[in-house]
Amino acid sequence: MLTKRIIPCLDVRNGRVVKGVQFQNVGDVADPVKLGKYYSDAGADELVFYDITASAEGRQLFTEVLRRVAETIFIPLSVGGGIHSIEDFDRVLKCGADKVSVNTGALRNPELISEAARKYGSQCVVLSVDAKRVDGSFHVFAKGGREDTGRDALQWIRDGVRRGAGEIVLNSIDTDGVKDGFDLEMLSAACSIAEVPVVASGGAGSAEDFVDLFRKVPGVDAGLAASIFHFGEVRIQDLKKKLAENGIPVRR
Amino acid sequence: MKIAIVDYGVGNLFSLKSSLQRIGCPGEVTSDPEAIRAAERIFLPGVGAFGDAIEKLRATGLDRVVREQAAAGKPLLGICLGMQLLFEESAEYGRYEGLGLLQGRIADLRPVVPPELKVPHMGWNSLSIRRPHPLLAGISQGSFVYFVHSFYAADCDPSQIATADYGVTIAAVVAEGNVMGCQFHPEKSGDVGLRILKNFCECDREALHAAFTGN
Repeated sequence: MLTKRIIPCLDVRNGRVVKGVQFQNVGDVADPVKLGKYYSDAGADELVFYDITASAEGRQLFTEVLRRVAETIFIPLSVGGGIHSIEDFDRVLKCGADKVSVNTGALRNPELISEAARKYGSQCVVLSVDAKRVDGSFHVFAKGGREDTGRDALQWIRDGVRRGAGEIVLNSIDTDGVKDGFDLEMLSAACSIAEVPVVASGGAGSAEDFVDLFRKVPGVDAGLAASIFHFGEVRIQDLKKKLAENGIPVRR
Repeated sequence: MKIAIVDYGVGNLFSLKSSLQRIGCPGEVTSDPEAIRAAERIFLPGVGAFGDAIEKLRATGLDRVVREQAAAGKPLLGICLGMQLLFEESAEYGRYEGLGLLQGRIADLRPVVPPELKVPHMGWNSLSIRRPHPLLAGISQGSFVYFVHSFYAADCDPSQIATADYGVTIAAVVAEGNVMGCQFHPEKSGDVGLRILKNFCECDREALHAAFTGN
C-alpha cells in the first residue's frame, strides 16, 4: 500500500535556508544541504526547496545549492519559486530536481503546464495553488498570496490537471500560519475533483493535525509543513509513529 | 570497475550518477557503444513514454548494443521505464516492441487498479520479496522504495523477484540471470535504494546465474 507522505518545506534565499530553523544538532542550520540531510535521515518522504530569491545572482546560488543537495540526498526533491518558463524547468531539473512546482508562472501562462508536461512528463509538473475563501467560494491568489486573481480554485485545479499537472499542492491562505489544523473543507473539495495526488499545505500546528488530515480527508496523499518542523515543535520520527499508531500507512 | 549509464536522450541522469558516486561505484553517462561494451555493469535508465524511448534507443543503435551485451552475460539493470523496455512489448499509447530480454508485456495500470486509487502509482510503497536474489542482499521484507509510473509489467511471473501491492500486484524487481530491472527509482529510494544499486554493482555473475537457475 502506498504510504502518506510527510514533506518539510525549506525556503531558500541567496542559497541559504531562511525562517529561523532551530536545531541544536544540525550545525549550520541555514545550510540547505545539512538541513536537507537532517530531514532525510529523520524520515522525510520528500523535500521541497522553495526559492524566494528575487535577483539573478540569488537564482544562480539556488541552482548551485540544489545541485549539492541532489548529490547528497537520495529522496525525491521538489523545487518551486521563480518558475516562469521551460528554461526555468530545465535549469532546476538539470541540477537534480525531480518535480518542479509552478504557481504564478502558470497563472500568467497556463500553457507552461502543458508544455512542461509534454516535455518532461506529468510526474514532473506540480501545480501549486494558493487559495482563500472569497464570497463563499475558493479563489486563487497570485504573487505569494497577495493578489486575488478572481479565478475559482477548483476550476483552476481541474484545468491544471487537464493540462498535465501530475500533482497539486493546495495551500490554504485561510489556515496558513494559524497553526490550528489544515483546511479540511478546502482539501476535501479539491480531492473530490483532482485525479492526481493532492498535497495539503497550510495550517499544521501539531502531529494531531496530520492525523486529522489523513483521517478526515482520505484522498489527500501528503502533508507539507515548514515552521513546525523547523522549530522542532513536531519531530518527523514522532509524527510518523503517531500516524502509524492511528492506522495511517507511513514509511518508517 | 567500469560502469556505464546508457544515455539515449531520455530523462534526467543526474541523480543516478550522483547515487553511484555516493556508493563508491562511479558510472559514466555515455551513448558510445564502445564505452558500453567496455563497461562491466550497464544501467538502462528512462522516464517518459515507452514508444518514444524505444524509438530513440533504436535510432541511436544502442538497442543492439544493449541486447548484444545482455546476451554476452553482462549484468544489466533497467530502471523504471528502462526496466519496462526489457520486456517483449508495451501497450502504452500504441503497440511497441521492446527489447525482448524478459518475458512479459507492459500494460496500463488504470484499468486494473481499483477506481479509488490514483494513477500514476506515485510515492513510497513496500516491497514483498518473493525469492532471495543478490540484488536484494541485505534488504528487509517490507522495505520502502519510491515509485512513479502509470504502466506496469504484466505476465512476467518467471522473472518476479519482488512485488508491491497497489490494488494489483506490481512487479517491482525482476531478474533473469544477468538481466535485471527495478520498476521503482533506487536512486530516489534513500538507503534502501543505494544498497540495491551497490548490490548490482558488486554482484558476481555466478551468483546471478545461481539465483536464476535455483542452484
